[in-house]
Amino acid sequence: MKYYATKISNNGNIAVDDTILVKGVQTAAGSRILKGFKPLFSAEAVTRLEAKGYTVSGKTNVGEFALDLVGEFSYYGEAEDTIKGAAAELVKSGEVKAALGVDVNGSTRRAAAISGVDFLKPTYGTVSRYGIISTAASGEQLGVYAADTSKIKEVMDVISGHDEKDGTSLKKEYDYTDTDDAHGKKVCIIKELLEKADDETKALINSYAEKLRKNGVEVEEISFDLCEVANTAWQILYSAETCNNLSRYDGVKYGYRAEGYKNIDELYVKSRTEGFNFLTKAVILYGSDVLSKNRYDDCYGKSLKVRRVVYEKFEELMKQYDAVLTPACSKKEFTAYSIDDAFVKVFEESIFTAIPNLIGTPALVSGSVQLMGTHFAESTLLSLAGSVERMGE
Amino acid sequence: MNYELVIGLETHVELNTQSKIFCSCGGHSSPKEANDCVCPACSGMPGMLPVMNKRVVELAVTAGLMLNCEISRYTTFDKKNYYYPDLPCAYQITQLNHPICTNGLVSVGKRDIRIKQIHMEEDAGKLVHEGKFSFVDFNRTSVPLIEIVTQPDFRSAEEVVAYLTKLKSMFRSGGISECEEGAMRCDINISVRPEGSEEYGVRTKIKNMSSLEAIERAIRYEAQRHIDALEFETEELVQETRRFDDVSGKTFAMRNKETEADYRYFPDANLMPIIIDDEWLEQIKSAKPVAIDEKADAYREAGISEKEIEMLIGNFKISKLLDDVISLGCNAKDSAAWILTDCAGILRKDGLLLSDLDITPEALSLVIKQVAEGKINRAAGKKVLIAVIEDKVDPMEFIKKNSLDAKVDEGAITAVIAKVIEANPTAVADYKGGKEKALQAIFGACMRELKGAGDPATLKSLLEKKLKD
Ligand SMILES: [Zn+2]
Repeated sequence: MKYYATKISNNGNIAVDDTILVKGVQTAAGSRILKGFKPLFSAEAVTRLEAKGYTVSGKTNVGEFALDLVGEFSYYGEAEDTIKGAAAELVKSGEVKAALGVDVNGSTRRAAAISGVDFLKPTYGTVSRYGIISTAASGEQLGVYAADTSKIKEVMDVISGHDEKDGTSLKKEYDYTDTDDAHGKKVCIIKELLEKADDETKALINSYAEKLRKNGVEVEEISFDLCEVANTAWQILYSAETCNNLSRYDGVKYGYRAEGYKNIDELYVKSRTEGFNFLTKAVILYGSDVLSKNRYDDCYGKSLKVRRVVYEKFEELMKQYDAVLTPACSKKEFTAYSIDDAFVKVFEESIFTAIPNLIGTPALVSGSVQLMGTHFAESTLLSLAGSVERMGE
Repeated sequence: MNYELVIGLETHVELNTQSKIFCSCGGHSSPKEANDCVCPACSGMPGMLPVMNKRVVELAVTAGLMLNCEISRYTTFDKKNYYYPDLPCAYQITQLNHPICTNGLVSVGKRDIRIKQIHMEEDAGKLVHEGKFSFVDFNRTSVPLIEIVTQPDFRSAEEVVAYLTKLKSMFRSGGISECEEGAMRCDINISVRPEGSEEYGVRTKIKNMSSLEAIERAIRYEAQRHIDALEFETEELVQETRRFDDVSGKTFAMRNKETEADYRYFPDANLMPIIIDDEWLEQIKSAKPVAIDEKADAYREAGISEKEIEMLIGNFKISKLLDDVISLGCNAKDSAAWILTDCAGILRKDGLLLSDLDITPEALSLVIKQVAEGKINRAAGKKVLIAVIEDKVDPMEFIKKNSLDAKVDEGAITAVIAKVIEANPTAVADYKGGKEKALQAIFGACMRELKGAGDPATLKSLLEKKLKD
């Protein structure tokens, strides 16, 4: 499997997705449009890790701008029979201690679930977004892949914390301790999400719930009927923001420029037509449409209202429970499919991952399932997952 | 039929800040070469995030206070999308939904002009065309601007010009903007209607006007075009954006594409809402310079002439120097003359302008006080001033070194007078014969003999007394 879009060091102990800048190394977010782009600075998270003695092994392959399911549509990847996320597989192989990825629409969490490694998408604002290739500023967050909760804590302790270069970075102290004590915690399973998964995945959730119960956790199934609308809202918001943030890739300043243009409009159109893949174009078109004058109120405006409602209802739910247990995706394995179907497939699969992106809450994938919590509940999620991880098979 | 002109203005003003609005690149100082005031943020590279420059907020609020606006306590930024090579991110960060100031009012002559809103935004870059190539220069991208939007309250070109002139002097005196050439640009919304009518006519917009003279011409042309269209049905008026051609003095419709664009505004998630609390607002208010009308009144009361007031109000740096010198205990009228006549004269000889004046209020106040207290005479004071401005000397040391403060008692002056009278019998006879002018020659000769040291007033009275004997 081709893990790296660009390899940096043979002695590296941390990999970073190609959506994260490393100074002087091509950072292209899996897209032809950024071919040859070498950033002038590294992402804040990378700088902090290097300052603590970590060495970056290379830029792991991602699907173009991390918009796909698990990384299947990278300009720098290879056609594979089995679709797997590069960073997740690399972590699983044990070649690196951990990897960094940007979670904007769940591709990192799905990849972790399929490979069977951990991925923490932290609370919005805890890790600086300085130096990530931004798609949807209001919900993207840099997170960590690792084999277990202790390694996640180790990396999060280094990369989290206030950064004045990011206006959305919070001034706060964080705790990623796996307390080794899940006893007495309450976890709910969202019925509406469980129903969307196949039998194999349902079985996975049930066995995870059993393990939690054995550790003294109370688990029960509940109804939370906002999943569908939360997903639609996030697909609208993230497409709109992505459309806007990718507008700068116009062939004028850096990256890919098509040949044979006669004027500036042709330069734009040809470069972007040849530079983006079909999925990215679909997201751009969808995002452009929902922002247009006639559709704004019904689409973007309404989605902002939905975000508020989902936030309130989820917080209410989290007053009763410590965490939510859900699938991270509908199936245990993915099979190859045509990029023509990607937009709809991603839209459908994101129902499992959208809420944390929409409202900025944390989510932890572990043991191929997902635990979600309220803002800054990372320690709770890591403690629950840690208790299961230590039980073994 | 008589027609009434209805005009509203959108005025962009470049703010006087140390750095750009969302990055730390030097903002206001003019860079020498293309793209030498640029960083990854203001050139649209991925990974950079905008970080708000607090000073921009403070200057925008100060402008709002000067224009009697309500200051929003919660203000947010939006993105305006369009493709153009001089716009590196393909969007401009501006304010649509929650602008920083709203509902202001400014009087222009007898007319009250309502300010709809003031919002903050970033400027775009510049394209340079050379042969078959085009180049982009991002030095100007993200330079902070405020846009001041009025209601359609102007009724003549003169009112527009008076308003813009007033804004300029307000913003200069308030340190908000230098308002130099091109730093203040206007879009003019214009329509005409039959006098007495309440309904607005078809509106056109003339974009990107900068010189006051051109603005006046453009308004007159466009108004006449509208009136002709209504009166003689020369053409059908359509709502559109037009540009003014300086050479022909006419306006022309711009391509439709540019006017009908859907900018897809939406909130910028990278910039958190700015909350202006009581404490911050009070801080800005207390730092706000006195309104120019109040300031002019204060100068007038101190006996400063109208002409001098005009020079002072238009020049923030100089009026601040005067205020500082006054606060150091100098007389206002006196100090104004020292600055506007003496300092200006010294600079003019070197081909410089008053705005180039480089002197500390402390040094200037020492010179003024030495003269006012009679420790040196005015001519000596001028000498000191020249040395301070040109050679940056310490005024007190210069006075000591050149013995300008050497006390000359009346006895010495009387002796000199006697000597001069003896040496100039003709002039003395002329004066005694009724030629008043002759006194000036004798006086000059005495001054030369005293080497500028004695007090001229004492000399003059002693001399007159002696000659009347
Ligand atoms: Zn910059």
